[in-house]
Amino acid sequence: MTDAPITSVDQRAMQDAEMGEQRSLWGDVWRQFRRHTGALLGVAVFVFIVLAVALGPFIHTVDPQHLDIVNKNQGPSWAHPMGTDNLGRDMFAQVLAGGQVSLAVGVAAMLISLMIGTLVGVLAGYFKVMDGALMRLTDLFLALPILPLLLVIILLFRDTLRKAIGPEAGIFLLIVFVIGITSWMQTARIVRGDVLSLKEREFVLAARSIGTRSWRIILRHILPNVLSPIMVSATLGVANAIITESALSFLGLGFPPDFPTWGRLLYDGANFMQLSPDRVLWPGLAISLTVLSVNFMGDGLRDALDPRQRGRK
Amino acid sequence: MLRYTIRRLLLAIPTLLFISFVIFAILDLAPNDPTGQLPLTIPAEVREKIRESLGLGEPFFIRYLKWLEQFFINEPLNILDQAFGIQIGNAEERLRITSWATRSPIVDLIIERTPQTLMVVGLSYVVAILIALPIGIISAYRQYSWFDQFGTFFSMVGFSIPTFFTGLVCIIVFSVYLGWFPSIYDTTHKVTDWDSFVFQIRQMIMPVMVLALFNAAQLSRFMRASMLDNLNQDYVRTARAKGMKERAVLLIHVLRNSLIPVITVIALGVPQIFGGAIITEQIFRVNGLGQLLIIGIQGADIPLVQTLTFIFAILIVLFNLIADILYGILDPRIRYD
Repeated sequence: MTDAPITSVDQRAMQDAEMGEQRSLWGDVWRQFRRHTGALLGVAVFVFIVLAVALGPFIHTVDPQHLDIVNKNQGPSWAHPMGTDNLGRDMFAQVLAGGQVSLAVGVAAMLISLMIGTLVGVLAGYFKVMDGALMRLTDLFLALPILPLLLVIILLFRDTLRKAIGPEAGIFLLIVFVIGITSWMQTARIVRGDVLSLKEREFVLAARSIGTRSWRIILRHILPNVLSPIMVSATLGVANAIITESALSFLGLGFPPDFPTWGRLLYDGANFMQLSPDRVLWPGLAISLTVLSVNFMGDGLRDALDPRQRGRK
Repeated sequence: MLRYTIRRLLLAIPTLLFISFVIFAILDLAPNDPTGQLPLTIPAEVREKIRESLGLGEPFFIRYLKWLEQFFINEPLNILDQAFGIQIGNAEERLRITSWATRSPIVDLIIERTPQTLMVVGLSYVVAILIALPIGIISAYRQYSWFDQFGTFFSMVGFSIPTFFTGLVCIIVFSVYLGWFPSIYDTTHKVTDWDSFVFQIRQMIMPVMVLALFNAAQLSRFMRASMLDNLNQDYVRTARAKGMKERAVLLIHVLRNSLIPVITVIALGVPQIFGGAIITEQIFRVNGLGQLLIIGIQGADIPLVQTLTFIFAILIVLFNLIADILYGILDPRIRYD
């Protein structure tokens, strides 16, 4: 950390020479981030998974829902790189299609939880009047048993929403929404703590003294400074949302079988575990690798965004 | 300390009332018909009778208050009656919370299921603590050594891979290919002699280890961070300077202080193991509380789900309180009053 080996100082000097004297905050963050091998690997794996899921269906052009009952329960082959399931559907195409849904759920739920968390955190930290009430609300949400409640909400509202918006959009919106509104509490707490200390700093006082309105102070001076904890919670939020969605699907209360996610594929595969164990392996591996890479990215980001770790002189 | 405890206990009452209201409202206001699963041939007036017999004729708030009365007054009185063999008031007239699916009192169902959950899930938590503490201590003491690197990686992996995947992989490897352990947990199995004891151990190994590894991954990171915080403190240097053995410095001075935050984390995790066990119990077919909840949810057994979810909430509030109080007792620098 502070007693960094000489080589890294040399390296930094060299980089400085190359880049001139310009060193932005994000340049520093990136330089620190690059030293974290795990984080770099995480980025590589995550980008690979995202690209595979996004572009894969254009290369492997097999319809994931195409039934081919003659070729059921096959092992890996050139035509079906991950084999086929008990109805002869191509597993590779299903894993790719499931990945699109799983990743979309992860990112969308993370965005909702970040928005609520940031809003609650900033309001509670900046406006003293709301602090007590909002933090009590956060505590109440933290005391809710999340997984049982999620299961119950999905069970009860699934059919109604399916009728209202359609089977796929309905369940997608429901799952994203319930994961989002039950996972914002940590973000809110961290943001509130940071806002509380930022609010007392001179630059905020200066802004206020020239008559800047509260919402402008929040947007221009407070929010950019709490960006780093928000970014770290964003990565953890994606990982958490993907795991929660898979857990729900795994318990049979997530996405329907004709609109599979990785969790749903795992759930369906579990019944054929003895016959074709790779049906469990591939979706499970996809979930684990995604979550692992996202967590490593979050770890590296936390180190890189921490000024004490960055070792600036 | 006592004043603080009493204040927190009093504060827990509105919290729990609010949570009970949320749980009740979500389940009650949902567009869901408890007679929806019955055959379509049942005529509408009979359907209405069934709804009334389930207690659905009353307005929402009456039902909420009745449920509260049953949960907080009737059921505890019943437990007291049974425990001491006495009669408080009119026990026959007392309305109990009954499950719609089995028509039996829910508390009885819960009492029936609790031992399995405690046995598997509780043991896994103990195993997790036993694994996590040494890993955390050694990782922190030899920071950046290969052991530390490996430990950090291990905890990252354990923390990222969901239990429903590790559980299934364990079943494939150890039950399907190697045939060492049974994949289904047999709850009717009774331990009478050595052989049945060995069987019990064999069927418990997989669920316990899967859950333990997941919990150990998180705890070991906390332990490591907490040890690192303490290892750089002045009192450690003092202890070394006055010539204490390294072993004593580490295991008496540093460990004791580092355990304070870890113990609160452990206390906070206890309610989560009940909730988190839902998935593990489902994989290994342990018929504990988690599976009871899943059965209730699948069968739309609203009273059962309400009661179980609320019990989970009580556990969370209670262990939050316990964690805070433990923190105050263990660390004399922390004063709540």
